[in-house]
Amino acid sequence: MPLLEGITIVDFSQFLSGPSASLRLADFGARVIKVEKPKTGDICRQLYVSAVEIAEESTIFHTINRNKESFTADLKEKADQEAIWKLIGAADVVMHNFRPGVMARLGFSYDEVKARFPQIIYAEISGYGQDGPWADLPGQDLLLQSLTGLTFLNGEEYKAPTPMGISVVDLLAGTQLAQGILAALYRKEDTGRGSLVQVSMLESAMDFQFEVFTTFLNDGEELPQRSKVNHGHCYIAAPYGVYETKDGFLALAMGNIVTLGDLLACEELAVFDDPKGWFDRRDEIKAVLAAHLANNTTQHWLDILEPADIWCAKVLDMEAMMEEEGYQVLEMEMEVRTTNGDRIRTTRCPIRVNGERILPGRGAPFLGEHNDALAREFGL
Amino acid sequence: MNPESKSTTKSLPLEGVIVLEFCQYLSGPSAGLRLADLGARVIKIENPGKGDLCRILPIKNRWVENDSLLFHTINRNKESYTANLKSEHELAEIKRLIGKADVLMHNFRPGVMEKLGLGYEAVKALNAGLVYAEISGYGAEGPWARKPGQDLLLQAMSGLMFASGNQKDGPMPFGLAIGDMLCGAQAVQGILAALVHRKRTGKGSRISLSLLESLLDMQFEVLTTYFASGKRPLRSAVNSAHPLLGAPYGIYATKDSHLAIAMIPIAPLREALGCGELERFDQSMVFTHRDAIKQVLADFLKSATTDHWLAKLREKGLWAMDVKDWKQLKATQGYRQSNLEQIIKLTNGQSIKTNRCPIRIDGEVLLSDRPAPTLGEHTASIKQEFN
Repeated sequence: MPLLEGITIVDFSQFLSGPSASLRLADFGARVIKVEKPKTGDICRQLYVSAVEIAEESTIFHTINRNKESFTADLKEKADQEAIWKLIGAADVVMHNFRPGVMARLGFSYDEVKARFPQIIYAEISGYGQDGPWADLPGQDLLLQSLTGLTFLNGEEYKAPTPMGISVVDLLAGTQLAQGILAALYRKEDTGRGSLVQVSMLESAMDFQFEVFTTFLNDGEELPQRSKVNHGHCYIAAPYGVYETKDGFLALAMGNIVTLGDLLACEELAVFDDPKGWFDRRDEIKAVLAAHLANNTTQHWLDILEPADIWCAKVLDMEAMMEEEGYQVLEMEMEVRTTNGDRIRTTRCPIRVNGERILPGRGAPFLGEHNDALAREFGL
Repeated sequence: MNPESKSTTKSLPLEGVIVLEFCQYLSGPSAGLRLADLGARVIKIENPGKGDLCRILPIKNRWVENDSLLFHTINRNKESYTANLKSEHELAEIKRLIGKADVLMHNFRPGVMEKLGLGYEAVKALNAGLVYAEISGYGAEGPWARKPGQDLLLQAMSGLMFASGNQKDGPMPFGLAIGDMLCGAQAVQGILAALVHRKRTGKGSRISLSLLESLLDMQFEVLTTYFASGKRPLRSAVNSAHPLLGAPYGIYATKDSHLAIAMIPIAPLREALGCGELERFDQSMVFTHRDAIKQVLADFLKSATTDHWLAKLREKGLWAMDVKDWKQLKATQGYRQSNLEQIIKLTNGQSIKTNRCPIRIDGEVLLSDRPAPTLGEHTASIKQEFN
C-alpha cells in the first residue's frame, strides 16, 4: 500500500514550487486534485521552453504535473466556490502559492477554511513572507537568488554574479512545504488537529545557504570570496574545483595537497605543506594544478588518483552520463501516458520505498479532465 | 523523561519521535536537523574516536571550542551518543536503543551497515515499526556504488555542471552542496511519509535515496525536455541563468552593479526601458534569437544605474530585482522583518548566530537555542534512560 494512500490534497498552486511539492506527495500515493482557472489553467501549461510541446502544452507542465487530477473553477463565481468548498470538505490538505492576500480576497484564507473545516492542513508558499515591504513582489526564482546573495557564490571572482542554472529556490521551497505538510499529517493522526504550514522562497533561499551564512554571521561578516582560479566553493580550500584536462574536465574535492602533488608528480605542490595555506593560498595552488592537469587526459589522472582514494571525478554532460552503466543501472527514466494517449518519457521519483522504485504511469491531466468525475464523486 | 525542550514554540508536530542518526557530514545530518527543528528527538550515534568527521572539517578555519563551526551549524538541537559498533557489548546496547526508536537513518556507503549487523532486515527484526532511511552517493548497485559520495563529485557525474554559467564556459559547479541538501530534504519527506503510514498501518518502511538520483530528479525539466526533443538544452552565450528559458532571463551589468531580469515579454520590456534597439525582435524570437536579444539588452543596460532601471520596470509590474550581497541584504527592512536568525547558546557562555528552520507551523517561527552536542555528551544519560 502506498505510504500516503487515502490522503487527498486540493492544490491551487501553479508553476514549480507548489506543484513540485504536490508531485512528490502524489508519488507517495496521495490524491492530488489541481484546481485551475478555466480556459488557461496553471500558467505553466503555456510556459514554453524552446519549441518543445507535448499535446500542445508545455513539456514542463507535463513533467511537474503527472499523476494529478484537474478541476477547473472560477474562484470568483459563487457556484464554483460552492463546489470548491465541497472538495475542501473531502480533503486532508489545501495548498496554494498565490501572493499574500489573494486567497483572502477569494474567500479561501486559512481562517475561513479553518472555520468550516478545523482539521484541514493548510499549506502556502509565498515569495517573501506574508508581511513586509516585499510581500507584493513576484516570488520568482532568479529574483530570489539575486536578492539573497546566492549569485555571489558561483563562478570565478572576475565573473559577474552568477545564478545557479536550475530553479533551486522553487524546488527547495517545495520540499519544505511537503515536509511541513507531512509533519502536520503525522500529528493529525493522533490529535485530529489541523495546521497552518507556511514557507517562503526567501526563508528557503536563506536556509539553503545556512552553512556559509552562519560562517558570515560569526566571522565579522566578511563577504564570501570566489576563487580566481577554477572556483568551486567560496569557503573550501584548494584543490576544490573543476580542472580542464587535455580531453575534458576533472573535478577535485577536498584533499591533502602534498599527497596530491606526490601522486601527480607535480613538484611545485610540495612546498604547500601547511594545511592552513590550502585555503589562504588556494588560488596559487589551483593555478599550479590547472597548469599541470592540462597536460594529460582525464582518464590518465583518474587512473592515478582513484586507486589512492583521492576524491575526484570525471565531469560528464547529460549525454555522456546516459551512456554510463552507473546511470543506466539506476533506471531513473519512466514513461507516463495521458488519457489522450500521449506518451512522455520523464524521470521518476528519486526516493525508493521498501526497495521498490515508484513508477506511477499516469500522465498529467488535460485542463478540467476530471470535472465530471469529481462532480459525480463529491456531488458538486 | 525527555530532555527539556529548549524550543520557544509550544507544540511541535514531531514531538515524541525518536531518531537515531548514524550520519556524518551534510546530507544525513541536514535531514536530522530538520526533523529536530520540527520537534523530533535526534540522537547522533557517533564512533568514540573522532565522531562525525564534520567535527574536524572546518570551513574558513572557523572553530567553536573543539568542533568546527560547520558542525555546530548542522548539528545543533541534537544529542550525541558514542558507540563502537564493532564491540559486541556496545552493539547490543545500540540494538536496545533501536528497539525504542522510531527512525534510524544513515549515510554510510552501501554494505557498511549490513556488515555491522544493522542492515534493514536485521533492524526490522528488532523493531518492525521502524522507519529506516539510507542515503548513498550513487545507489547500491552498479559500477559507481563504491565511489565517494562527495557533493562536488556528484555534481560532476550528474550532468549538473552544464546548467550554470555561459555556454562558452566550461562546466560550472553550483557553489553550495546542492546534492547533499536536496537529498537530505527528500530523505525528510520519505521519513515523514513513512511515519504517517506507520500511524495508519503499524508497519515500518525502508526509505532509500542517493545523491545522484536526487540530482537527476532536480534536473527533471531539462531531462524531460531532452527526451522529448532529442536535443540537450544549452546555456545562453550571454548572461545565462537557465538553459530552458528564453531572452531576457538573466543577470545584467549596469553602470553601478547588477540587475536580474526574469520572464518579461519583449514588447513591454522594450517600452518600459525605452530600448529602441529591441524593436527588431518580437516574442517569437526569444529562443531563436536569445543571445542576440540579450546582447542588445546587456549593452543598453550599462548606460544607467540599477536603481534607474529597476524603478522603470517595477512601475510596470515587470519582474526584476537588484542583485544583492549578504551585507546589502542584511541592511534591508525586509530582512529585519523576516526574523531569519537565531542565537545558539553554548554551555561555556559563548553564543553563535545562525539560521533558523524555514518552515512556520501555525503562524509560529520555529526557534531552538540548543547547541550541538559535544562528542558522546549524552551517552551516559541515554543509557540510563533507556535501561
